[in-house]
Amino acid sequence: MTYTALALLGVLLAAILDMLILRTRLLTRRVFWISYAIILFFQLVSNAVLTGFRIVRYSGDFILGSSTPTNQAPPFLGDGRIAFAPFEDLLFGFALVLLTLALWVAWGRAGVQRSPAAGPPRLGPRRSSDS
Amino acid sequence: MRTRVYRRWVRLVFSVLPTVVVFTLWDVYAINQGHWSFDANLTTGIILPGQVPLDEVLFFIAIPICAILTLEAVRSATGLPAGDEVGDSQLDPPS
Repeated sequence: MTYTALALLGVLLAAILDMLILRTRLLTRRVFWISYAIILFFQLVSNAVLTGFRIVRYSGDFILGSSTPTNQAPPFLGDGRIAFAPFEDLLFGFALVLLTLALWVAWGRAGVQRSPAAGPPRLGPRRSSDS
Repeated sequence: MRTRVYRRWVRLVFSVLPTVVVFTLWDVYAINQGHWSFDANLTTGIILPGQVPLDEVLFFIAIPICAILTLEAVRSATGLPAGDEVGDSQLDPPS
């Protein structure tokens, strides 16, 4: 299978897990999309470093575009690339983030360490279970 | 941001570990099919079974943690619900 096909499959499976299996429905929540937007920015920066310096190299045979030979730097944008990296990386990253966050919320919903919740400190005297 | 994610380390491990396993298996397949490769001089050079560089596994641990920290920071800053809130009437029915 090509990276393109696998990346699409990964997004599809993560979405099915979120919407139908775990029923966490993060894809319908604002908090998820705001978080993803922040993560996406940093993914583009890290991708640019990892691929621009050619720490990671992608074969053009398994992705769209990417006609640059592997011994040369790919374009920053275009020819299937975004911030040097294959656009498929964005699907890969989205699947990774959605899988992880759906699991995190699902465990919380199941009662596994739902607290201490994020946010400002609780008022009043501290108990050993707090902080 | 007081995300308190590391305080909830059991839940963190249960959430990150499946992701590490799934994406490392994807990585093994991709490396052995030749989808991508790594510069030997710019990585640790430690190669795990399946031809996976140690760097990749560390990546698959770090990124999910970053994702969870981001979600909890956004939740903390905005107050937007994620569906697992304490006091949610569907999760904690009043007794």
